[in-house]
Amino acid sequence: MNKNTKTVSALAVASAFAASVALVGATPVMAADEMEQCYGVAKKGENDCKAGPGTTCAGTSTVDYQGNAWKLVKKGSCAKISTPAGAGSLSCLTSRPAGKTLQCG
Amino acid sequence: MLSLSETQTAFAAAVLDADRPVPAGITSYMRALPEKRFNVYRNNIYASLIDVLEGRFPVVARLVGEEFFRATAKAYVSNQPPVSPVLMRYGATFAAFLDGFEPVADLPYVGDVARLEWAWNAAYHAADAEAVSIDELSDVPADQADALQFTLHPSLHIVCSLWPIVTILAANSGEEEPEPIDASAGGEDALVVRPALSVEVRRLPDGGAAFIGSIARGATIGEAADVAIEASDGFDLQANLTGLIQSGAIAAIRMS
Amino acid sequence: MSQSFDYRFSDPIPASAGVGLKAEHFAEIIDSRPSIGWFEIHAENYMGEGGPPHHYLTRIRDDYPLSVHGVGLSIGANGPLDKEHLAALKMVCERYEPALVSEHLAWSTHDGIYLNDLLPVPYNEETLGYVADHIDEVQEVLGRRILLENPSTYLEFEGSDMSEIEFLSGIVKRTGCGLLFDVNNVHVSATNHGYDAAGYIDAFPATHVGEIHLGGYSPDEGDDGEPLLIDSHGSAVSKAVWDLYTRAIGRCGPTPTLIEWDNDVPAWNMLLDEARRADRIIATQTSEHAVIV
Repeated sequence: MNKNTKTVSALAVASAFAASVALVGATPVMAADEMEQCYGVAKKGENDCKAGPGTTCAGTSTVDYQGNAWKLVKKGSCAKISTPAGAGSLSCLTSRPAGKTLQCG
Repeated sequence: MLSLSETQTAFAAAVLDADRPVPAGITSYMRALPEKRFNVYRNNIYASLIDVLEGRFPVVARLVGEEFFRATAKAYVSNQPPVSPVLMRYGATFAAFLDGFEPVADLPYVGDVARLEWAWNAAYHAADAEAVSIDELSDVPADQADALQFTLHPSLHIVCSLWPIVTILAANSGEEEPEPIDASAGGEDALVVRPALSVEVRRLPDGGAAFIGSIARGATIGEAADVAIEASDGFDLQANLTGLIQSGAIAAIRMS
Repeated sequence: MSQSFDYRFSDPIPASAGVGLKAEHFAEIIDSRPSIGWFEIHAENYMGEGGPPHHYLTRIRDDYPLSVHGVGLSIGANGPLDKEHLAALKMVCERYEPALVSEHLAWSTHDGIYLNDLLPVPYNEETLGYVADHIDEVQEVLGRRILLENPSTYLEFEGSDMSEIEFLSGIVKRTGCGLLFDVNNVHVSATNHGYDAAGYIDAFPATHVGEIHLGGYSPDEGDDGEPLLIDSHGSAVSKAVWDLYTRAIGRCGPTPTLIEWDNDVPAWNMLLDEARRADRIIATQTSEHAVIV
């Protein structure tokens, strides 16, 4: 094949375009194959002028991330997801000993 | 007496770092250097910014659990506090932070999930534009489609991943418990677009990211199709065009 | 037609209750078009380019007068104002033509880092100079008078040599700005610093008040177990604050009054109930004025 030759011919583009427009025009709400629609999530995280939790917790916790000082255990849905590294589902729950957790005050 | 500059420099440093003492010059009617009172400001800054991140990355939060997420977010706030008072812009670098955050090294997909959630936020606040109508597209003679160019919607983002990020997002966005996911089954590329009020996240078919990326750089449909088939043998032009039109991702068309 | 354009400019905030607009209530407000005097927004939440926030606010603005309340200008900082942020505030004002624009006596940005809180300042001549210069700049860029809000604070500075009221009065005198009188902040700060809230209300420069804020607080304790109130905006207005509000309205006369509720945002009707209560107190004052006249 000549390198100036297009891989996808103008005719093929014309045919695909016409078919797509016809398909969307005929069935505007039908999802195309492999293009499944997911949905949005709630909107949070705005500016406001409230004050926070008072004299204890978030800002004064002394358990911070300092390399191996991290002792928190993941308790989320990552347990349902396996990875090539192996039992990602299990390791994400048990990779760290349950010890000291986030301290308040 | 301390200058305002000295007062605020000391205050700002101590308020972000609980290991520092209450700055000199701070007092109350009960006692000088009141630590609990100073902690109100420490707590408010961290808690409010952690709340912002939890609202912006709800799927990451669900994956690792609330307590773990909040501690992770605290490390991020401490490492990269906001540089703008407009909080809708905060968290742009959270995904990159997670990539290098050792406690989540066992969840290699979590950074890309954060990228997808950030793209959702960016699309939510992006400029508005009306998607091109099917009538306008129908008016294009098919034999000229090869030379057609698309202006993509200003809210459009593509997130490519070696992990099934759209599946993970979908499974963790609803009320119900997610089904098990095999993350080693292959990656997914996501199209994020907000054609009207609702942000939509779609899984792109093979070659879709290369196709749309090429269109975004100004290529004609014909040129973009060549790029996409080069990138992926399984590229299906009709499926990609249909999905692109259907998702409202095209804001305008023109002939090259 | 130019008439509707003029109408928007002459669309003042009525001397009645308004409610802080939260995304949670967008749809309900548009659907039910409640009878409420006005709404207030936090300017920073409308500094994006597009999307649902602008879509809903545009529709709500069509039906109600609006007040724009900034939370991020850092007017009390010793450093220069963020010009980009001020330009963004101007854009919000041009887009929505609010009848009132307000900001806080506080700082939040230092060395380019945004500390998402309203931090306190020492009350002295040096701070007064910075704050007055910043307000001059804001009023010049926006081309209008702004209102400055009295803060809720949790600590004080040895470097203060004037009272909060002396400080605010000095700012008003230097800049010509108005005041946003936050009555909940008065109760919070008076409790936190051991002074008399009623005395503060009585001494406040009432003739410069353009707006009043009401909100909820949560109780905590200071270092020695003394009461420390947190300005949490997460509950109904307290009995003590309603009493102070009645006193404030007695001094200021009927004044636009905002119900602020930012945390654990309740159902819309709950906010409407709080607004109605403020309206009843304003009405009492209006009728008393009528009797006196």
